[in-house]
Amino acid sequence: MTLRIEIDDIAKHFGAIKAVDGVSFSVSKGEVLGFLGPNGAGKSTTMKMITGFLTPTRGTVRVCGHDVLQDPISVKANLGYLPEGAPAYADMTPDGFLKFIAEIRGLSGAAKRRAIDESADRARITTVMHQPIETLSKGYKRRVGLAQSILHNPPVLILDEPTDGLDPNQKHEVRTLINEMADDKAIIISTHILEEVHALCTRNVVIANGKVKFDGTPLELEAKSRYFNAVCVNVANIEQSQFEAFLTSLSYVSQVEKLDNNAGFRVYPKSGQQVTAQLSENIRENGWEIDALYAEHGRLDEVFRSITLPASEAKN
Amino acid sequence: MNLLNVWIIMKREFGGYFATPVAYVFIIIFLLLTGFSTFYVGNFFERGEADLYPFFSMHPWLYILLIPAISMRLWAEERKSGSIELLMTLPVSVFEAVLGKFMAAWAFTGLALFLNFPLWITVNYLGDPDNGVIIASFLGSLLMAGGFLAIGSCISAITKNQVIAFVLSLIVSLVFVLSGYGIVIDFFASWAPRTIVETISSFSFLTHFDAISKGVIDLRDMMYFISLIVIWLFANALIVNARKAD
Repeated sequence: MTLRIEIDDIAKHFGAIKAVDGVSFSVSKGEVLGFLGPNGAGKSTTMKMITGFLTPTRGTVRVCGHDVLQDPISVKANLGYLPEGAPAYADMTPDGFLKFIAEIRGLSGAAKRRAIDESADRARITTVMHQPIETLSKGYKRRVGLAQSILHNPPVLILDEPTDGLDPNQKHEVRTLINEMADDKAIIISTHILEEVHALCTRNVVIANGKVKFDGTPLELEAKSRYFNAVCVNVANIEQSQFEAFLTSLSYVSQVEKLDNNAGFRVYPKSGQQVTAQLSENIRENGWEIDALYAEHGRLDEVFRSITLPASEAKN
Repeated sequence: MNLLNVWIIMKREFGGYFATPVAYVFIIIFLLLTGFSTFYVGNFFERGEADLYPFFSMHPWLYILLIPAISMRLWAEERKSGSIELLMTLPVSVFEAVLGKFMAAWAFTGLALFLNFPLWITVNYLGDPDNGVIIASFLGSLLMAGGFLAIGSCISAITKNQVIAFVLSLIVSLVFVLSGYGIVIDFFASWAPRTIVETISSFSFLTHFDAISKGVIDLRDMMYFISLIVIWLFANALIVNARKAD
């Protein structure tokens, strides 16, 4: 585990507004950190401080051991960055644009050509290399930005909403690309698309109002949901009320909830433990026939709301 | 300062002028205006002298109008499109970026200036001019264009709006040309101390260019334009640094 990104208590205040207010976390090689939070939570501002675009009001950022304030050029050389909205020089072609990036990144000759071809291939933009960027679709523009960020094979990747505005196929391709690169890089991805938590991330940091509200694995994030490991169950050959009484009497069950349309019951286990196997066994002991039995996943949208909103608003 | 980075940024920016018809339109208008001012305003033929003084003496006035059109996009466009975030997170320093962009605009101006060479051929065909004077004037004009461009580049970093950049640059350029002349001096004399008024009057582009346009290369005139460029570009870098994320 080599630490690639170390962020210590950074803050960014714009006048009286505290856009980021004391954020700390670190990212190691092999990690894909999903940076979650509602719009305006401070995700982009934090990323801009990591990449050296914004100067923090306080705190330090180190990338591959280099301090972003003392040695910004080394930090920038070690990271690839896709800014929000994937800005590029619109009147250039992807080919010309990537050539410029490659040269600025210190590549020349055959190495430059190879880097451009490889990144264009990985980002799947080889068919549009000679069209002006301003004529490309949103998806292609995003991928040109992605190609630019991975061109020099950086040890650290910072991607600000890399799948925003892409169609499901394009999202899938971008996720595949990121997963391919994940092993030998430290990657931070900001997103508010919750399905990406499972599709991409090995770890999540949730921020709201400029502060870190959660830092852990996707599973730990899910476990915060009250639905985590809840079991939905229905049986055929018994009165519903009798079955409900039976479920309530079980020692490992904390709560039983009736599902709509007589579809059975949702059983909440005590302290989030896995109870599917045991429940199934207990039902069979009684000789009842199981119609449906499945464990629920944690509901991320609900967790997201409860973490990022004040308690009073989260209920609605 | 990594000169290779300056060169790479300059190359990209220079190419950017030719990615759209802007460069060609600009060059054609520049040539039309220099031709017009040389023959009709400067009375090239009627003077009956084999030199290019009528051509060069009009340059300060042409530059007031045309240079802001070249410099207005340098930073305003970068900030408006958001590509400044990309540029400033590449491993280049602000000074390298400022210098690279400035050099591109300067090279483009030099190219437009060079394309007036038929005029030089004409005057050599008609008479026997002092070509040393013409070369000195050419370099002097280029140096003055650099001064205008540095002002324009700096002002372009203040705003995201190219039209505002254009108008502001035009006004500041006008002030720099006219300082030392009546209206500007009167404006300052009413409230500023004498020494400041005298300093301002010594800042006129016209005074420093007049000798150069006659082929007299004075080190003080050269230093005036060079230090002007350095100061404006330094301010340019400070402004880019302060306002890049706005």
